[in-house]
Amino acid sequence: MSDHSAPPAEVDQDRRGFLLFATVATGAIGAAFAAVPFVASWSPSERARAAGAPVEIDLTKIEAGQMVTYVYRKKAMYVVHRTPEMIASLAGHDGKLKDASSADSEQPAYAKNATRAAREDFLVVEGTCTHLGCLPKPRFEKGMADLGADWPGGFFCPCHGSRFDLAGRVFEGSPAGQNLRIPIYSYPSDKTLIIGVDATTGAA
Amino acid sequence: MAGSNDALPVRTGFLGWLNKRLPVDQFVRDQLTGYFAPKNFNFWYYFGVLSLVALVIQLVTGIFLTMHYKVGEATAFDSVEYIMREVPFGWLLRYMHSTGASFFFIVVYLHMFRAFLYGSYKAPRELLWLFGMVVYLALMAEAFMGYVLPWGNMSFWGAQVIVNIFGTIPVIGPGLVEWIRGDYGIADATLNRFFSLHVAAVPLVLLLLVVLHLVALRQNGSNNPDGIEIKEKLGADGKPLDGIPFHPYYTVKDLVGVGLFLVAFAIVVFFVPTFGGLFLETPNFEPANALSTPEHIAPSWYFTPFYAILRAIPNPGMGALAMASSLVVLILVPWLDRSPVKSTRYRPLRWKIALTVFAVSFIALGYLGLQPAEGIYVLLARIFMTLYFAFFILMPFYTRGESTSRVPERVTYSSH
Repeated sequence: MSDHSAPPAEVDQDRRGFLLFATVATGAIGAAFAAVPFVASWSPSERARAAGAPVEIDLTKIEAGQMVTYVYRKKAMYVVHRTPEMIASLAGHDGKLKDASSADSEQPAYAKNATRAAREDFLVVEGTCTHLGCLPKPRFEKGMADLGADWPGGFFCPCHGSRFDLAGRVFEGSPAGQNLRIPIYSYPSDKTLIIGVDATTGAA
Repeated sequence: MAGSNDALPVRTGFLGWLNKRLPVDQFVRDQLTGYFAPKNFNFWYYFGVLSLVALVIQLVTGIFLTMHYKVGEATAFDSVEYIMREVPFGWLLRYMHSTGASFFFIVVYLHMFRAFLYGSYKAPRELLWLFGMVVYLALMAEAFMGYVLPWGNMSFWGAQVIVNIFGTIPVIGPGLVEWIRGDYGIADATLNRFFSLHVAAVPLVLLLLVVLHLVALRQNGSNNPDGIEIKEKLGADGKPLDGIPFHPYYTVKDLVGVGLFLVAFAIVVFFVPTFGGLFLETPNFEPANALSTPEHIAPSWYFTPFYAILRAIPNPGMGALAMASSLVVLILVPWLDRSPVKSTRYRPLRWKIALTVFAVSFIALGYLGLQPAEGIYVLLARIFMTLYFAFFILMPFYTRGESTSRVPERVTYSSH
């Protein structure tokens, strides 16, 4: 036996404690950094991000009274070119709506108004029923037989019968509780609409 | 009878060579022939071993299904149809796997109810219960992700609803949902990561947890229908008077239970694999379609009690909180139950009524979770949710100072 195996006269517990703490802390910081790539790999990939880029729409291609469906970030987006009669039809049934002033519904500030739009001739809504996520169908003609003589025109969800007006506001008696959601959008020019970009997100 | 202090057999030849290198004889003695279990186990004690059988069925059929399944938005649904129609006995492998999932939950729920009946979660087995509950949570994650893989329309919309629950968490919710999905909707990226988790990550975690559950069980031994510790009454040889070696006594008893389980399992697999839409839902025979929602989105039956609680509250955030709480109270039960006595046999009528109310509420919520959330169903879900929570939250009060009947010194047992 050599002298190397002899225990030291006294153990410096402070030093030992510090070394233990320093080793564990260094290891923990290293482990946290090593976890970054694994956690980050779950975020949407570059390809998914590119596919989720804002959608630019040429408004001259949508005739008055017509609706066109676009897909933005895997969700259907309805763009309706509202005629003056359609806009006029929005007034007069506030009493039958669950949330006429859109106080409890999701929309950007510029769409929280009587027509729920930044420009009243174009309605931009997410085609997802706020009840269970079905796609409401456009039923723009007034007084359709199955929807009643006082039907002002709007959207009807075939899944559970939720009804919305031409501003996506939900009628009383529908299972859906909120108005249709409105995405963020803006008008870079008079004739173009871009969904996914507005003043809050900056330029596309 | 053998005991854990008994000498190991003297081995020569190959077994001698083996035991010098691997403690086979020692393991058999410590864990089987010398491991004493109470002699008064009844029907309720089958469900532990049956959970293990279900786990093995899922692992084996799952491994073989993975050989034919093609993960991916464009290929998943078709590859499942390919398994069903063209792979030799592929239909059998898949029906065993889908039926196995439901049977797994049936035996796990009965196994958990057994713990309530006989106080198996009480000291010194709280950690055993905790490991069991984590196994249960891992199993729920495993079942949910497995349900998404066939990429049927119910897979898709079920995933949509369940993943969106995380979106109700304040502040981080929307970002978290995007991170879980890996895209702006349920997409190829979501399916791929669920596949990886379902076939590799969660099964590994499950196996580790099952080992921990069993090690914690062995530490104090099984509870029994009388809820008394057999280790407190030892014979002159140091072995529990009311214990019998696990092998051969309980291995043989369990074999009977496994036989009966497999008969029931085979009947379902061969004659009613969809079980009227409960084990395999009709909308899932149609490919995932982001533009068409199934008539009613209902999760698999084993999640419906919690789904009913989720929907009973109109505010989605509060609903999600209530659902999470319904699982948390289940985990906390060893500390909520203040009765000095374990087994329901010696507990007062008050406890028996409470336990019945709990069981009825759980089953009723399970039924209501399958129904559309409208009219009377919502009202009933709120009533049964209240009863479910009352059972747990009031437990410290109605179990404290219970007037229990006298617990016997030795287990009650009569030979046949």
